Amino acid sequence: MNHDRWTLITPDLFGTALLQTLQMLGVALVLGSILGVAIGAVLALTRQGGVLENRPVSIILAAVVNVLRSLPFIILLFAIIPFTRLVVGTSIGVAAAIVPLTVMIAPYIGRLVENSLLEVPRGVIEAARSMGATPWQIFTRFMLPEARGSLILAVTIASVGLLDATAMAGTVGAGGIGDLAVSYGYQRYDGFAMLITVITLVIIVQGIQFLGTNVARRYRRR
Amino acid sequence: MVQLSSRQQSVSTQARAGSDEGRIVFEGVSKTFTRGVAQTAALRGVQLEVAPGSIFGVIGYSGAGKSTLIRLVNGLEKPTSGRVLVDGIDIGALSGRGLRDAQKRTGMIFQQFNLLETVRVRDNVAMPLRLDGISQAAARTRADEVLDFVGLSAKADSFAGELSGGQKQRVGIARALVRNPRILLSDEATSALDPTTTTQIIDLLRSINREYGTTILVVTHEMDVIKDLADEVAVMADGEVVEQGSVLDTFLHPRTAITRDFVTTVVPQGLPDRVLAHLGGEGLWRLLLVDDEVTQPLISDLITGLGVSVNMLHADMTEIQEHTVGQMIIKVTGPAEKVTAARAFLAERVVHIEEVAQ
Repeated sequence: MNHDRWTLITPDLFGTALLQTLQMLGVALVLGSILGVAIGAVLALTRQGGVLENRPVSIILAAVVNVLRSLPFIILLFAIIPFTRLVVGTSIGVAAAIVPLTVMIAPYIGRLVENSLLEVPRGVIEAARSMGATPWQIFTRFMLPEARGSLILAVTIASVGLLDATAMAGTVGAGGIGDLAVSYGYQRYDGFAMLITVITLVIIVQGIQFLGTNVARRYRRR
Repeated sequence: MVQLSSRQQSVSTQARAGSDEGRIVFEGVSKTFTRGVAQTAALRGVQLEVAPGSIFGVIGYSGAGKSTLIRLVNGLEKPTSGRVLVDGIDIGALSGRGLRDAQKRTGMIFQQFNLLETVRVRDNVAMPLRLDGISQAAARTRADEVLDFVGLSAKADSFAGELSGGQKQRVGIARALVRNPRILLSDEATSALDPTTTTQIIDLLRSINREYGTTILVVTHEMDVIKDLADEVAVMADGEVVEQGSVLDTFLHPRTAITRDFVTTVVPQGLPDRVLAHLGGEGLWRLLLVDDEVTQPLISDLITGLGVSVNMLHADMTEIQEHTVGQMIIKVTGPAEKVTAARAFLAERVVHIEEVAQ
């Protein structure tokens, strides 16, 4: 170990780690949100009394979501390595981490989206039906706009959970802030590295929450 | 509302020719809800006809099946048996696109208004047209016309959350009218409103009916709404229509106990028990008078002409269907034959006379 320097991490090292975290967070969040909204929509629409009530679809999708959500991320990460290889051709690095991150976050967002959509008053959906709206129109013109404030809050919550999971992605060589904390702060007793990663993570979470709360407030009901 | 009025003209011509447009017919309609093994009969063999251009009221306590009844008209529910004909079309037989096209020919308003909270009033009203693929500009122009008609032009840029209950219902009405429907369905539309606002909404519905000949089917548990708004009324209990007729007739001659209960909420029919006990039943009569009957010098004729004494216990007057309806409760005393003569005299001069129940 180099004892001349008071910390082992350099601005470069930190910059790379931050970029890796933001890449994992950003890409998995976008992919997870798209999939999550789709999952949530199908769950909300096909459930009993839903606009497109469909028992088999509802039961199967709910089961898949529950299975994926019951696995701790660290296990999911390794369990789906064959799938990850199939999708991105490798099982190490940032790209390889994004696959399990997306698989983890999409069902989570799906459940949150389902709840947000179910909060839309039944009466509004009945009004939509009475106007002769198609199921797609009911979803896009009534449910989504009415739920958007609550959907933004759901994605905010999911982002914080996702950030949590990116810290574990270091174990498949994806690096990131969390990896910095483990391999420098913990394993090499670099207190400064630990401190700076903790501060950075706190700032990211605060930033996400601040942004989410404010955007959601803007879109909430008047 | 230029569009509406020109269309209305052609429609009333058709109506005279016996068209089914705007007509609603229930033919032996039953509806059973099944949850697990439990079955609930919401409607049992309902037979009703709503004439084009009329205002038809359905009254009943909650659970009587009236909400189910109105939801059959725009296909939100399907009958278990029987047929619901709207504009002459069997609505229960439709599905998918055919059903949606039929739904677009009726407008519906709700107790809880059911407006979108996240879009402005103008866009709430324009929504049905947007669903039809009409451009935003054209839909908004039309929405402004209808908002003007319901007296809410000033609130076009507001959000629903900023409006009072009465204003929200006006938006609901504007939204229901934006496609020029021949039929307007009102599901407890005034039940969440205070009495003054209720009167305003009733006036608005009446003016819609008069100006555009829109058939209005009103479901309510408030007899006041029936009295002030409807031409015809059907009374529902336990999924069945127990009584049906013109509103005036129903108020004057309620045939079932439940109808009498509803009539009593508008025209109180009793005397305090203490007074009843004190008076005794003999010669204690309730009289109903309609229009000109109200202005006859009945009491003085009784006293001077028939030589009985009359004690006036209660009198009131109300307006039903543009008819004046008066009610009196009197106690007539005198020799038995004079009392009998008085009763015969009254029976010829008033629309209804009955002993007051002890």
